[in-house]
Amino acid sequence: MIARHPLLRRVLEALATLLGVAVLVFVMLRAIPGDQVTASLGTEAAALTPAQRAALEAYYGLDQPLPVQFLSWLGAVATGNLGASQRTGESVLDMTASALPITLELAVLSLLIGLVLGIAAAMLSASRPNSARDAVGQAVGLAGLSVPAFLLGSALLALSSRFLGYNPNAEQFAPLTADPWLHLQQLVMPALVLGFGLAAPIMRTARSALLEVRSQDYVRTARGKGVGPRRLALRHVLPGALVPIVTMTGLQFGYLLGGAVVVEQIFSVPGIGRQVLLGIQQKEYAVVQSTVLVIALTFVLVNLGTDLLYRVIDPRVRAA
Amino acid sequence: MRRATGAVVAACAVVLAACSGGGAAPSGGAAASSLVVGATSDPDTLFPWKATQFQAVNVLEQLYGTLTELDADLEVVPGLAESWEVSEDGTTVTFTLREGVTFADGSAFDSADVKASLDRIRDEATGAVARASLESVASVEAPDPRTVVLTLTGPDAGLLAALASVNLAILPSDATEEALQATPNGTGPFTLTQRTPNQSIVLEPNPNFWGGAPKVPSLEFRVIPDETSIVAAMQSGNVSFAVFDDPLVAQSAEGSGLTVTKTPQLSYHVLQLNARRAPLDNLDVRLAIQCAIDRQQVLDTAALGEGEVTGPITSPAYRSDPAARPCPQRDLDAAKRHLAAAGHAGGLTLSTIVSQGEYATSVNEATNIQAQLAEAGITLNLEVLESGAYVDRWVAADFETAVALNGGRPDPDGMYGRYFTSTGNLNEVAGYSSPELDALFAQGKATSDPEARKAIYQEVSRHLEDNAVWVWLFTSYTYTATGPEVSGFTPMANGSLKFLRETTVGGS
Repeated sequence: MIARHPLLRRVLEALATLLGVAVLVFVMLRAIPGDQVTASLGTEAAALTPAQRAALEAYYGLDQPLPVQFLSWLGAVATGNLGASQRTGESVLDMTASALPITLELAVLSLLIGLVLGIAAAMLSASRPNSARDAVGQAVGLAGLSVPAFLLGSALLALSSRFLGYNPNAEQFAPLTADPWLHLQQLVMPALVLGFGLAAPIMRTARSALLEVRSQDYVRTARGKGVGPRRLALRHVLPGALVPIVTMTGLQFGYLLGGAVVVEQIFSVPGIGRQVLLGIQQKEYAVVQSTVLVIALTFVLVNLGTDLLYRVIDPRVRAA
Repeated sequence: MRRATGAVVAACAVVLAACSGGGAAPSGGAAASSLVVGATSDPDTLFPWKATQFQAVNVLEQLYGTLTELDADLEVVPGLAESWEVSEDGTTVTFTLREGVTFADGSAFDSADVKASLDRIRDEATGAVARASLESVASVEAPDPRTVVLTLTGPDAGLLAALASVNLAILPSDATEEALQATPNGTGPFTLTQRTPNQSIVLEPNPNFWGGAPKVPSLEFRVIPDETSIVAAMQSGNVSFAVFDDPLVAQSAEGSGLTVTKTPQLSYHVLQLNARRAPLDNLDVRLAIQCAIDRQQVLDTAALGEGEVTGPITSPAYRSDPAARPCPQRDLDAAKRHLAAAGHAGGLTLSTIVSQGEYATSVNEATNIQAQLAEAGITLNLEVLESGAYVDRWVAADFETAVALNGGRPDPDGMYGRYFTSTGNLNEVAGYSSPELDALFAQGKATSDPEARKAIYQEVSRHLEDNAVWVWLFTSYTYTATGPEVSGFTPMANGSLKFLRETTVGGS
């Protein structure tokens, strides 16, 4: 009972978070000036007669009072109906089912790239703090933090198109099942851009964690017992530094979902970020609300997963 | 430690291999002679009567036919109607329809489709955006399958040009909006073969098109949301046709060896004045603003000089002389004289709404105008708004002045009648009307002789400038970028991609 209690609390917290997100998105979308009528007609909306305007509002479901709109949407979501896009007639569930895996794939790829680059650079830096090697690592880390994704992405795309004639992202997007090789190529450049941005915070966290662990007693003991430097770094120091790295990585997952909006736009990747952006541009309330809810759910699940991972990598949490 | 270094080297090697591996396999050549158009957005609707977004219009004009069409000089030419006759008094228009035209699904096109379409557009419940274009139509009759008779409440010389809009496309009489959203069914030069929402729309030539089947084997609109990415896609050869608005993007396309053609647009950049509000209801205040602004300077600072200074009317056949106004050049002394005459010798404070993000030059235009007006003693406060907020304020005419980019039309009546006649549906936003203008627009509608019409709209233009109704600034260009193999396309001032039907790629 006592063991299940914290988990139950986590689930309730997660539900409360999701409800909060739902209310926030609903209110924010309606607080933005303009509605679906003006979003699709622009200034031409001024030329509508009142009867035309009323007909369009009824078509978009804007004639209902706000609480009715909110509750009927929430009720539908609870039964698994996320609504549909009025523009394409496609259901949000179908749209999400094709877009979310692409973004998750992109996130995992960039996470891998970010972890490999970040931890490698951190070990390089931490092996000799304040040396030239450390300075180079730190400088690369700073660059990763400061160069915005849109700049890096546009530059990468322009250079590779111009000088290599290589631009897989300009072809029709290939689903994984249809053409895995093209699909992978289309994800590599966006994943590199996201991964590079991700490597920087991971590198900085990992570097300080590694330095701290290196000065601990058990490391000194191991060294005294005659453990070689390579084995010491990989088997003793790195595992001890994993908790802050995993925490950082989990937090960065949110950045990945957010950063995906920009990168998906530049590289024409039909992921969840573009789905939200298009929904906002067209003021498609159902699309934005339901998609944001799905993203929030993903984020909550990843955080939950991160917490569980602590138990695996840190015996002290398991004991507690 | 050596192993960690190895990991970095390995990661880099994987990355390089991925790039160069793909580079060796030429991936752009798959669709050799089909035409791929890069578009920043998917059409927001496939229903022609509700389409205002230009990406949607660009696709729909390939799929649907209209009674009349416009040629490269925006003159009216036959479309689905092969000829027409206007009665002596101008109140009856009789169309003779083309024979043997079919819709994409194979069903025959006849006068019943025309009558049903025009009647439904006139019905407010349909929500058709161009309903006002048919305001003058009292009834539509279809006495036989090849004849349609429009009876008008009064002469309407602008009607024939208006009918060329895809917003007045002829749909099958039994088609519903839902059905056409899913499966377009028109009489245009192309038919739809494949659609992947937000990614691509593929069309193929309509072999039965009355004007002869288009020459490309297929036409694809590929969605690449970022204009810079479209340039990259053209450099790598995946996309061979695109239209840009941003002069900077056009420059980078030109710099990388693509052919870029500039076309002056009908749309115009303008400082709208709300002449129904004090102090702008005073003619001297409006003239002071007109005299204080050097239009060329706004164009140079905000848009890199890419465009032309303009008067009110922008369509080639009716173009206003930009110098025909009380202050042809900037004249600060005149501006101060007018301010003093209006009793504001000590200066004046106004506000303006500016849209952020709707188009690239808005905020720069506003800050330049602000600086120029300051030298004449007019303080202009900028309200920079997100585009949705801007549209709300504009639509409600809730502003003193507005920095705007307004769409133009080939016919001056269609372009300004709705703004500047007292009963026009945009007159509240225009902020000005006068008995003289009402009379001139009525006269223009009743006159069918082209030369006589030109004289009338010159008067309209003069009246608008003499009264400093708005301050017209400049028109900009659109840039048509094409790859090395593409030929035969003619850009149009209204932004239409009608001539894609005559475009060829390579030897096709």
